[in-house]
Order: sequence, then C-alpha cells, then structure tokens
Amino acid sequence: MEPFDPQVAVVAVAEAVKAQSAQVVILSQSANGRALLGRLAARLDAGSVSGVNALPAVASGFQAAKPVFGGKAQAIYTLTSPIKVLSLAGNTLQPEQTGAEAPVEALSIALPASRIQVRSVSKVEGTVPLPEAEVVVSGGRGLKGPEHWGILEELAEALGATTACSRPVADAGWRPHHEHVGQTGIAIRPNLYIAAGISGAIQHLAGVNSSKTIVVINKDPEAPFFKAADYGVVGDLFEVLPRLTAAVKKYKENRG
Amino acid sequence: MKILVCVSKTPDTTAKIAFNGAGTELDANGVQFIMNPYDEWYALVRAIELQEAFGGTVTLLNVGTEANDTIIRKGLAIGATDAIRVHAEPQSALYVARQIAHIAQAEGYDLIFMGKETIDFNGAEVGAMVAELLDLPFISFASKLTMPDPQTAVVLRDIEGGAEELELSTPFVLSASKGMAEQRIPNMRGIMMAKTKPLKVAEPIPAKDLAVAAHFTLPSGKSSVKLIDPEHMEELVRLLHEEAKVI
Ligand SMILES: Cc1cc2nc3c(=O)[nH]c(=O)nc-3n(C[C@H](O)[C@H](O)[C@H](O)COP(=O)(O)OP(=O)(O)OC[C@H]3O[C@@H](n4cnc5c(N)ncnc54)[C@H](O)[C@@H]3O)c2cc1C
Repeated sequence: MEPFDPQVAVVAVAEAVKAQSAQVVILSQSANGRALLGRLAARLDAGSVSGVNALPAVASGFQAAKPVFGGKAQAIYTLTSPIKVLSLAGNTLQPEQTGAEAPVEALSIALPASRIQVRSVSKVEGTVPLPEAEVVVSGGRGLKGPEHWGILEELAEALGATTACSRPVADAGWRPHHEHVGQTGIAIRPNLYIAAGISGAIQHLAGVNSSKTIVVINKDPEAPFFKAADYGVVGDLFEVLPRLTAAVKKYKENRG
Repeated sequence: MKILVCVSKTPDTTAKIAFNGAGTELDANGVQFIMNPYDEWYALVRAIELQEAFGGTVTLLNVGTEANDTIIRKGLAIGATDAIRVHAEPQSALYVARQIAHIAQAEGYDLIFMGKETIDFNGAEVGAMVAELLDLPFISFASKLTMPDPQTAVVLRDIEGGAEELELSTPFVLSASKGMAEQRIPNMRGIMMAKTKPLKVAEPIPAKDLAVAAHFTLPSGKSSVKLIDPEHMEELVRLLHEEAKVI
C-alpha cells in the first residue's frame, strides 16, 4: 500500500485482526502508526495506549506503561477490552534473534480508495529519523548561530548520530523545525543524548529526559541541565566539541 | 464554512507534576490549568482565520465538567462563535472521541480541528478515533493548511525526518502542530463579547472506558552528575563505552 493512508490501512489491519483472532495489536510510535492506532481502536472498540515504553504486564489484568506530562511522569494504563491496541516507542525493546520461523499468510481484502492525494514528500536523506535514533547530538542557543553547526555535525557523523536542537534554535530558523525536541517538539528516548549549549529548561527536558544516558556540555556550571545529566562537561563547547569528536574518532579507529 | 474545534484542559507547561499519595491522580494543588496549547495556539487560531476568510462559524467543543468553562470562555474570547460542553468527566480517549463524533454527526461540520496531542497524556489518539467513527479522512501533525476554495485543502504534515504535502476535500479531521498559526491573545473586546456568546451544555452518550491511566509514578531522579575534565574527552568516551555502554 503506497502511499500509506490510515483510513485505508485500518480496513486491512482490522480484517487481519479478525482473521487471526488477535488480542493485542502493536504498532510503531510513528506519525502513521499513531494515526492508525486511534482508527483501529475506534473500529475494533478496543482499549488503546500510544507511546508505550515497556513490555506490558499481564499478571493482574493487562497493564501498559507510557511517559505522560511530556516525560515528567510515567502512567500505567489498565486495559479491559478483549482487543488491545498499542503503539510502542522506539528503543523500548531490544530485538532478539530466536531462530523461529514466522509464517507469512496472504489475505485478500477489498480496500476502499484513499481520499487523500499525496502531492510531494520531502525527507532528509541519509540519517536515522530522530524518534528512532539511538544516539542524538543536540545544539542550543549556545552555538551562537547556524554557521557554527559544523562542529556539532562532525561529532554526530563520528558517532553515527542524528542531530537535534532546542526550540529557540528552530524558531530562529538556524535548524529545520523537525529537529526541535522538547515538550512542544518531538519527544525522544535515545540511548545517548549529547546536549551542547542547551540550558536545560523544563520544557526541553520534558522531551529528552527519558534518554538512557545524558551528556551535557555547557560553560555555565549552574546550568539546570547538569541536574538531569549523567555526565557533565563544564567548558566552552567550541573547544570541547572538536576534542570530543577527535576522541570518538580515535576510539572508533582503535576498535577497527 | 462550519468548523468544529475540540479543546481540552491541561496543566500549564511549567507546572510541577505531583500525584496524590496513592499515585492514582494528579495533585492539582498549585497547578494552573490552561487550554491545551496545541488546541489553542494552532487549531483554534487557524479555524478563526479560515472563518475570517470564508465566513461561517467556529464552534468549540469540550468534554468536561463546569470547571472547564474558564478555558472555554477564553476560546470564545479569542474569537470562536459559540461552544458546546459535553458534561462528563472523561477517563479515556475513546470515550471523548465517541462524544465528539456524536455531536459532529448531528451537526455536519466541514472541518474538525484539534491540537496534535494534549500536553498531559500525549496520546494523539482522539483525532484518529473521531475520523474513524465518522468515516472521514484524518490528517495528523499538520503544520500548514491552505484552502484555495472552501472545499479544497492543501496540508503540510510533519512526518519522521521531513514533511509531506497532501491534498483533499472537505469534510475531514485535522490535528494541528506548530507552524499552523500564531498564538492570539484575547483583547478586552473579545473578553467582553465572550461573556454573552452561547455555551451549550450537552449530556454525554453512554460509552465505555477501555484504557484508563490507573496509576502514576515520578521518575527516580538521576544520581548526581559525573563531571569530566573538558581537557580529557578520551575519558568521557571511555566512560560512555565501559560504564554507560552506549557506544
Ligand atoms: C510553552 C513553552 C514550550 C516550550 N517548549 C520547548 C521545547 O519543546 N523545546 C525546547 O528546547 N524549549 C522549549 N521552550 C523554551 C524553553 O523554555 C527554553 O527557552 C529553551 O529550551 C532554551 O533554549 P537553549 O537552551 O538553546 O537556550 P538558552 O536557554 O539561551 O541556553 C543557552 C545555553 O548555552 C550555554 N552556552 C553559551 N555559550 C556557550 C559556549 N560557548 N559553550 C558552552 N555552553 C555555552 C549557556 O550557558 C546556556 O546554558 C518552551 C517554552 C515555553 C514557554
């Protein structure tokens, strides 16, 4: 099905759920996955939770956990319907190879025509999209201007990371809007989040503080971000970033 | 053009989030409640702009108790024509969606708008549910909407790492993200006029809560930060590899 239209996809997925008597449907926490989630829940009269970030518990009823209040808290949902629909946040579960075969079955389902026409798609090529990225290097107003992003991009390249930014940076047009993370941008939870020249305002933290490890580079030792960080570097990012890039490159070379 | 804008009430973005002793509900002490910013800044303001361009009405819809009338009045002060409040204490997205769909079914709106998600439960589920219940197309995370004529819409939609441009005809459901419009501050005249604009209270239709946030926890704070000498970035790399195991 190309292009993807949740209004069309929901018909196919709902039929497949019925054909398989499925009890739990798991979708990805992407723009399309989330649009499909709501449609499916309404169509199947199913309880749903979007952005689940842990394996659901089934010991006493079906429970699924997700971050709420922009990452300031975690909620545990109780689902009571026969069918449950969940979307799973990126990096929640590590894939495991079991060697088992999963049979693929073809279903023939009559689909309605899409009522949406896709005129164009513009995507940044070559990098992992932010919500799925395992390593993210992010810059704030401390970088002083778009012309300085080179040092940040070099570190990102050395780490195989995706770049992000704080809101004022996107608002000023230094970086594209889709890089803006935080409460009003995208919420991410990479394994490693490196923030350079970002003060760590509560609205910024809301979108990044579920990251596994946080490194903060800031010249102000009082910057609030240090309170949320695992590792902190108090220093001038214009010196620290190139040094870190060099150290990462050396480490990667030594590992071959 | 007949537009419905669904709005909800959320804690202010700077609110300190805490829960009651049992962890079953938000401790509202000292929390200021506002209209969900995505609903207000983007969905509502764009709806008003379209109404200014094409004529018609902008109706606000909230599912909630009379405690929500303050934010509804604010929406009216910003420029909505009238408002409906479905009198209920909603527990789940599908419950809310069924109430909205019920009202929309009877009224027949050209456009149904809301914010991309609420900043409390971050669900982004209601729009898709309403669209499914009404069998309408749904555009989520829309950052720009232009209408060359009252029946045709061209929408820019945020997707991972980029955007897509879509075209479709009314009626449809849309959830708005940043970029859609600029926040409007209600002026004195708007606030005065809002007092007499119609706010209708409707009874809810029966609907089940199938997924309920039953328990909340706060993240255990990070143990204190480990400071690394800015001259020794090899040490940071070593720790990221050996201790944090993230590279
Ligand atoms: C409703 C609302 C929603 C918001 N949503 C978001 C959101 O989603 N995301 C978001 O990011 N913000 C959001 N904000 C804005 C937020 O409150 C902060 O204003 C913003 O995050 C600050 O961005 P910053 O850290 O890049 O800039 P600043 O606060 O200006 O911080 C710059 C930092 O760089 C440091 N610095 C400067 N020079 C150097 C140097 N040479 N070397 C090292 N460090 C240096 C400074 O010490 C400072 O700590 C929101 C605000 C509101 C009111």
